[in-house]
This record gives sequence, structure tokens and C-alpha cells, in this order.
Amino acid sequence: MDFDAATVLIAALSRPMLAWYSIPLIVAFSLVYGATRHELMSEILQQAIRAGVWITGFMFTIFAVLFVVSRLFL
Amino acid sequence: MNEPQDAIIEVDLRRPEVAAVWAWLWPGAGHLYQRRFAKGLLFMVCILGTYFYGLALGSGRVVYASFTETDRRWQYLCQLGVGLPAMPALVQSYRVIRKNQRPLELLGPEFMAPPHPVDPERGDKLASWHRKYHQYFELGTLYTMVAGLLNVLAIYDAYAGPLAPAPEEEKKRRRRGPPDGGGAPVGAADTAS
Repeated sequence: MDFDAATVLIAALSRPMLAWYSIPLIVAFSLVYGATRHELMSEILQQAIRAGVWITGFMFTIFAVLFVVSRLFL
Repeated sequence: MNEPQDAIIEVDLRRPEVAAVWAWLWPGAGHLYQRRFAKGLLFMVCILGTYFYGLALGSGRVVYASFTETDRRWQYLCQLGVGLPAMPALVQSYRVIRKNQRPLELLGPEFMAPPHPVDPERGDKLASWHRKYHQYFELGTLYTMVAGLLNVLAIYDAYAGPLAPAPEEEKKRRRRGPPDGGGAPVGAADTAS
């Protein structure tokens, strides 16, 4: 059976159970990482937000690259 | 224009070695010992929350100590980073592997107990856990490992204070000037015993 790109994307997103499990890890890691670099809570939160955005962006980039590669070569 | 002040905060680390031991035994306890209550609570909630959530995902089976020839549970070395919450696995391992006794029923049967070796009569226990819990066994393992590794960062923070920002980041911060609100930029910490 041949799936088009939209179907594959919807299938990937309709199994959110595993993807959602990354969110608590990202939050926990970002906060702990921020806390190991700063002492004041406001600075910790700022650092945590930056780290969280960076990690999320990195993951989405990897997802996009793998998605494109899978569509082109698989 | 105000010149940014040196990013130094005086942190009383008390006895850093003692704080580090406390931080390992119970995430956040080292910071509470140092009276850094906000950070202590933050570490405690984040690390223990991650750890116990992962433990719950795997129904208490994902943290176990086994270093036999057929099952080298190297993940436990990471999980041990959370200290006391991972220690029951050592007791269970001692009973099951060394003494060949039944595991203690701490929070349910086989809680933190290593799976028995593959046996023609009893089958492969570890494989049956994987079949039963599917991806949650790996997810639980991952969560508990990450929690242990995060606590290593917390232990270092309790021992030596927060890491200084990277030089480029500090330069940008100095170029931007002090953050809104008038507070002095803070990042590096000084140790004052």
C-alpha cells in the first residue's frame, strides 16, 4: 500500500503517545540545567526556557530531516 | 550608563563534601543543607519526579541491579545517581542473585528485583517484562536513567556552586547591559565558606 506524505505525517502525529513523553524530560532537563548555571530563580527560568526551546528545535530539525530522507530514499 | 557589575553571587556552600553526599543520597537534600531552599526544591521535584514517573511507567521493574553474565544491567549505574531511591535494587539483587532467596515485596511483587536467569521451566523473565510493558519498559528505563544523570549535575552544583556562563554568552550579556528590573547580572558563583 502506498502512503502519501500527508498520510505518513498524520500517522506520525497521531501516535503522539511516545512524542508526548519527551515533554516532561525536556522540562526537567531544562530546569536542572538552568539551575546548575545560575543561582537566582529568574535567571534559572530564563536559562531553562532557552534550553527547552533549543532542545525542542533540535528535535524538530532531526524529525524533519528524517522525514524528508524517508520520503526521498525509502 | 550603568556598567554591568561582576556576575558574582556569594553562595555559602557550608561543607561542600557533606552537601555533595546529601545531594547524592536524596536529590535536593544537599542544597537544603546549604540553605539554598529554592534550588533544593527545584532539584527534588524535577529529579525525583522524573525518577518516580519512570519507575511507575515500568511498574517498578525498570530499576534493578544485575551484573551476571547473561544480564548486565549497565543502566543501573546511571539510575544509581539518584541515591537512596535506587538502593532497594541492591538489596533485592543481593537476595535474589547472591542468596538465591525470594525478593522482598516492597511495593508489590518483584519491585526492583532482578529477573531470574533464563530457565527452561520458568522461561525468560526479562523478555516477559518487555512483552508485558512494551515501550513503557524502555521509557521507564530512560526516565530513571536521565533522573540519575541529572542528579550528577545537582551533586556538582552542591559541591562547587553553579557553573559560570560560557565566555561568549557572558560577553553578549555584558554588551546588552543589565537585565530589565535593575538587577545585577548573575551567573557565576563564588564560594564563601
